[in-house]
Amino acid sequence: MRFSGWRVLREGLTGNKGWAPHWRDPEPKAEYDAIIIGGGGHGLSTAYYLAKNHGMTNIAVLEKGYLGGGNVGRNTTIVRANYGMPGNSEFYSHSLKLWEGMEQDLNYNVMHSQRGIINLFHSDGQRDAFARRGNTMIGQGDDAELLDRAAVKRMLPYLDFDNARFPVYGGLLHRRGGTARHDAVAWGYARGADQRGVDLIQQCEVTGIDIENGKVRGVQTTRGPIRAKKVGIVVAGRSGQVAAMAGMRLPIESHVLQAFVTEGLKPVIDHVVSFGMGHFYISQSDKGGLVFGGDLDFYASYASRGNMPMMEHVMEAGMTLMPMIGKAKVLRSWGGIMDMTPDGSPIIDKTDTEGLFIDCGWCYGGFKAVPGSGFSFAHLMATGDHHGPAAKFRLDRFRTGYGLMDEEATGAQHNLH
Amino acid sequence: MRINCPICGDRDRREYYYQGAAVTLDRPAPDAEEAVWEDYLHLRENPAGRTRDLWHHEGGCGAWVVVTRDTVSHKIFEVALAADVKGAAR
Ligand SMILES: Cc1cc2nc3c(=O)[nH]c(=O)nc-3n(C[C@H](O)[C@H](O)[C@H](O)COP(=O)(O)OP(=O)(O)OC[C@H]3O[C@@H](n4cnc5c(N)ncnc54)[C@H](O)[C@@H]3O)c2cc1C
Ligand SMILES: [Zn+2]
Repeated sequence: MRFSGWRVLREGLTGNKGWAPHWRDPEPKAEYDAIIIGGGGHGLSTAYYLAKNHGMTNIAVLEKGYLGGGNVGRNTTIVRANYGMPGNSEFYSHSLKLWEGMEQDLNYNVMHSQRGIINLFHSDGQRDAFARRGNTMIGQGDDAELLDRAAVKRMLPYLDFDNARFPVYGGLLHRRGGTARHDAVAWGYARGADQRGVDLIQQCEVTGIDIENGKVRGVQTTRGPIRAKKVGIVVAGRSGQVAAMAGMRLPIESHVLQAFVTEGLKPVIDHVVSFGMGHFYISQSDKGGLVFGGDLDFYASYASRGNMPMMEHVMEAGMTLMPMIGKAKVLRSWGGIMDMTPDGSPIIDKTDTEGLFIDCGWCYGGFKAVPGSGFSFAHLMATGDHHGPAAKFRLDRFRTGYGLMDEEATGAQHNLH
Repeated sequence: MRINCPICGDRDRREYYYQGAAVTLDRPAPDAEEAVWEDYLHLRENPAGRTRDLWHHEGGCGAWVVVTRDTVSHKIFEVALAADVKGAAR
């Protein structure tokens, strides 16, 4: 089934009776050429690119819950390419280009909206730092514009420009940045993979990884054992537990990150806006809800909810920056489990076990990475070679200290990202 | 979340700075192998359930405390002074 405007019109006129399920619900086979553990954004895009780019169609994605029920359906959907460190810079640049072709490629409306991201700055020093970041972005081939105060005022008239403590000096505008409908991204990749023959197996938790003589043989699951010579671990916040099934310890600590959404309002916030003096960023969904968030709660956690201190900080920062949102009622808040690495950058690599690969450590920024990560991880799994844009995401950088990518320059230490 | 400091009593989480897994109490010798340092600095058990981590009561008495708690329910089982824990391990 192909989606098109014509199709929507026809279905609308004929009672919407012609729509079919977007993917099959197959029974697991006894053996596959490759298994992907985890049906989040990264697992599904990996399966899609394994099939599309490498012709590997006898593969399965094993998901313990339902497709897209993890972080891919819990995030605040910001998509951007404004990273500065070598390694991250080329990777996110590649990923953003894939975003720009995604809807056509998948024949799926993911509501990708390049509405522009504005990172506000509030001091001369911060202006210099943002100017430097903008130059890095231009240098990597992406877009950036430094806005002065008057230009920001024209675009975001609702800010408290003369706030006594944190006046707005200007902003760094990344026009190609924006948002997307998170569930649709998972569904689009799921449908694309399914159409190419990939088995998407839900309610199937991996409980063990079978290894013989240093080689992976398959996995144990709640729906029985499944054999495969290649296995990819793509389980985000649960990476530590699944890697432990292969006897590995990872440079990962799982933390909770919260997000909030208000009741639906008429359009008021046309961009993604972030505060430079506290942890707060915001955008407005197409349904009208103000979607906003801040930083981690900052302690190891597997609870899909956070605590009051960060909630309070985020609300205070929001009120400082844009007092107009004060009357909007917060409808929901939730948390997701983030796979935090010591340097805040991800891992796409082989492991010491032959045939076992791992893609993890996306911290709080892995939604924008969904296409790029799947593309590069599929390349690694299929060919055994690291893919150019993701070649620096190595697991051993934590042992050797060589190639650490400390994007925030806070130090490559667990509690600092 | 509230943490019961052995010196100050029950206090809000905001008074504490989170350092991370309590493995940081066992610092390797300066000349230990690369793998030992990697273990200490980066590799983590990262359990979903009972864990032990190190917090600093920076907004209170300044003591370092070892908190035994559940990472899923956020329940706190035990809080001990890091100085005592380290002393007992010797
Ligand atoms: C509140 C919040 C806001 C965020 N905002 C942004 C943002 O604005 N921009 C951005 O780029 N990123 C953002 N992120 C980060 C982003 O959501 C994650 O980095 C990314 O979704 C993680 O990859 P994933 O989609 O594959 O993870 P998930 O969707 O979590 O997928 C992992 C899957 O593995 C499954 N699994 C786990 N264990 C097993 C097992 N044993 N067997 C089988 N399956 C298993 C899980 O059920 C899950 O479905 C945010 C995250 C949160 C929580
Ligand atoms: Zn105290």
